[in-house]
Amino acid sequence: MSNMQNFSKGFFKENAVFVQLLGMCPTLGVTTTAFNGLGMGLATTFVLLMSNIVVSLIKSFIPDKVRIPAYIVVIASFVTIVDLVMAGYLPELHENLGLFIPLIVVNCLVLGRAEAFASKNGLIPSVFDGLGMGLGFSMALVMLGGIRELLGSLSVFGIQLIDMDGILLFILPPGAFIALGFLIAFINHLRKTT
Amino acid sequence: MAKKESTLFNMVSSLVVVTLVASTALGYVYELTKGPIAVAKLAKKIKAIDEVVVEYDNNPVDEMYKIPIDGSQDSLEVYPAKKGGKLMASAIRSFSPKGYGGHVWLMVGLFPDGNINNIAVLEHKETPGLGTKMGDTEFKNQYIGQNPESFNLKVEKDGGDVDALTGATITSRAFSQATQLAFDTYMKGGQHE
Repeated sequence: MSNMQNFSKGFFKENAVFVQLLGMCPTLGVTTTAFNGLGMGLATTFVLLMSNIVVSLIKSFIPDKVRIPAYIVVIASFVTIVDLVMAGYLPELHENLGLFIPLIVVNCLVLGRAEAFASKNGLIPSVFDGLGMGLGFSMALVMLGGIRELLGSLSVFGIQLIDMDGILLFILPPGAFIALGFLIAFINHLRKTT
Repeated sequence: MAKKESTLFNMVSSLVVVTLVASTALGYVYELTKGPIAVAKLAKKIKAIDEVVVEYDNNPVDEMYKIPIDGSQDSLEVYPAKKGGKLMASAIRSFSPKGYGGHVWLMVGLFPDGNINNIAVLEHKETPGLGTKMGDTEFKNQYIGQNPESFNLKVEKDGGDVDALTGATITSRAFSQATQLAFDTYMKGGQHE
């Protein structure tokens, strides 16, 4: 597979959220607004990229039987670094997302890519895979967050469109399931017809 | 390079190396970000104080004092805002443990006679889009200028005067409770001039 394919497969063909259904916890939990989805997506992208790089470099030094704990230590370290750096230099964003940052550790997308891709491929393909998967994940979160924000509070990226109450259900957890269900159905329809 | 075999020595040594490198890196990042994090926290606190008190020319953070809460080990922090040595208002860092997602921390600005000047939300884990609306002026405005002596700090459902947030009665209750705690504690043990 070429590097371009490694990069682009994360957006549509193997999109983490719509196709692989990975990382459902942050997907459903944080996407009450498009902005939260974007922040969560980009933080995950950074962790994914860094963990893919490190795992692809150290893969031959790690015995098979302890590879999962070793990868988790790598991932957890990068998540903590993101958490600390964000708290220190981007306090505003940290206030909104701080709760969800530690959740990245248990996002199976990150461990999934370390296990399924980075541990079997070299550095360069892993970089492209991490970036593509991460940005595809961000795209999915922004789409879901955008739809929920639009229907739930009638605003887009925090800008109020109509000064009215939206459909409360879409801000609440059930709305996340409903919106995600329709999005997956739509994406699957596109995948089948193209 | 071939994969290392999963012998006991290989497994232990590789895990030791991975965790050692990870903890060293984390220690370094922690030291590096400690300063900026403390600065950001202090700035946030000062911003909240500025929001809830009136004009002052002293340093409220330096003159902070604590009042013990009735029937509890905890105490509340009070930041007095003075102008020309005269107490203008006090910012009280209060909380309620009964939020929808745990503790709700508020900065409550009270005049020396107990009237509410303004309230700022410090920390909480309420539902985004519902409980988080407690920080909006629309909700807070009903508290401003009220004196909890006459204004019943309970939601209407509980027989009080507070119009609760739609879908976030528990948050509204916690918000009112924290304000009440700030008022009670300040009226009992705070400086009033």
